[in-house]
Amino acid sequence: MAHPSTEQVWDWLDTIPDPEIPAITLTDLGIIRNVGWDGDTCVVTVTPTYSGCPATSLINMEIETALREHGLEKIELKRQLSPAWTTDWMSERGRRKLEEYGIAPPQPAGGPDKCPHCGSTNVEKLSQFGSTPCKAQWRCKDCLEPFDYFKCI
Amino acid sequence: MTQKSDPKFEALLRLGDNALILGHRVSEWCGHAPVLEEDIALANTALDLLGQTSLWLEYAGEVEGKGRSADDIAFLRDAWDFRNVLLVELPNGDFGQTIMRQYLFDVFNRLNLEAMKTSTDTRIAEIAEKAAKEAAYHVERSEGTVIGLGDGTEESHRRIQDALNILWPYAQELFITDEVDEEMAKAGVIPDPKSLQDAWNAEVRGALAEATLEVPEAHFGHRGSGKDGRMHTEHLGHILTQMQWLQRAYPGQEW
Repeated sequence: MAHPSTEQVWDWLDTIPDPEIPAITLTDLGIIRNVGWDGDTCVVTVTPTYSGCPATSLINMEIETALREHGLEKIELKRQLSPAWTTDWMSERGRRKLEEYGIAPPQPAGGPDKCPHCGSTNVEKLSQFGSTPCKAQWRCKDCLEPFDYFKCI
Repeated sequence: MTQKSDPKFEALLRLGDNALILGHRVSEWCGHAPVLEEDIALANTALDLLGQTSLWLEYAGEVEGKGRSADDIAFLRDAWDFRNVLLVELPNGDFGQTIMRQYLFDVFNRLNLEAMKTSTDTRIAEIAEKAAKEAAYHVERSEGTVIGLGDGTEESHRRIQDALNILWPYAQELFITDEVDEEMAKAGVIPDPKSLQDAWNAEVRGALAEATLEVPEAHFGHRGSGKDGRMHTEHLGHILTQMQWLQRAYPGQEW
């Protein structure tokens, strides 16, 4: 039976928003590690961001729902732990969209390079943890706005 | 009693139960922490630990080969089948005691996970690789908070010193080695806890000094250990009544 190309499946996955940060897609986040066909079964390999991230099961459901809507019937979701997810896998587009959304993208230095609202580099950390496992809370000392920073791991 | 139990199953229960019981304890702070940022931080730490729990216990169930899921193992065992150290089942106490317990455990957890990244058991190595990143982040925060409280106000110093005095003897249990550990270490699966003790001591004592805290002089460590199931504090049973009541009252219920 003819089935859609893996490129086609990647394109579909690229339209699924992250359930907790809808500004970026699952492929922007870098958690889709592989797409392939095993006979007539479409196998999507996903890696979790954090081992306890509550969005993981929701993400799997979103992938399955989206692919079914595109007519795929047999779908297998594989969990891959290694290599462990790193924010280095986030796409350039994802980083840009995060910043536009008001979340400072991850930086190798371990903290945001600037405030996503006003661009000031005069920022300080409020807490190492934030509203989701992948974020920390920072504040801009110039525009005084608090903002989320996407933790670098 | 699981005298003849597979040592790998036992070792996985120890990893899973430490994360599960500490994760549950830390989650008790949700909605009660002194400030919002700490509330969120504690809840996220608990979440990471519960995520690690499910990875360890899922594998434990597979190794056991009796068809038990991670949930079955977490929710349907009684206190004597738990293999966590006593440190993690102690009540939270005040915020200082919670953070001190977290710090003493976090450093051990990170060292243990780092060493397990090269385990001869691929699955364990993969879980460790994932969990080590989270543990490193936890250490960063618990260490910073311990130093902040120790080298803080008169009251914060006194309270976190009290916490250290209570918890230090319990922390020594992390390094008790028994036949399960020896067998796992020999097979290159999980490091002998004793092999981590020098690194733990150097790191923890350094941070405690920076926190202007005094390590209790006594070399006393609690004799009994929760890791072989022969001993638990009275607190574990109380945790289980809360943690397990839903599955006990309504068996098989799903979210």
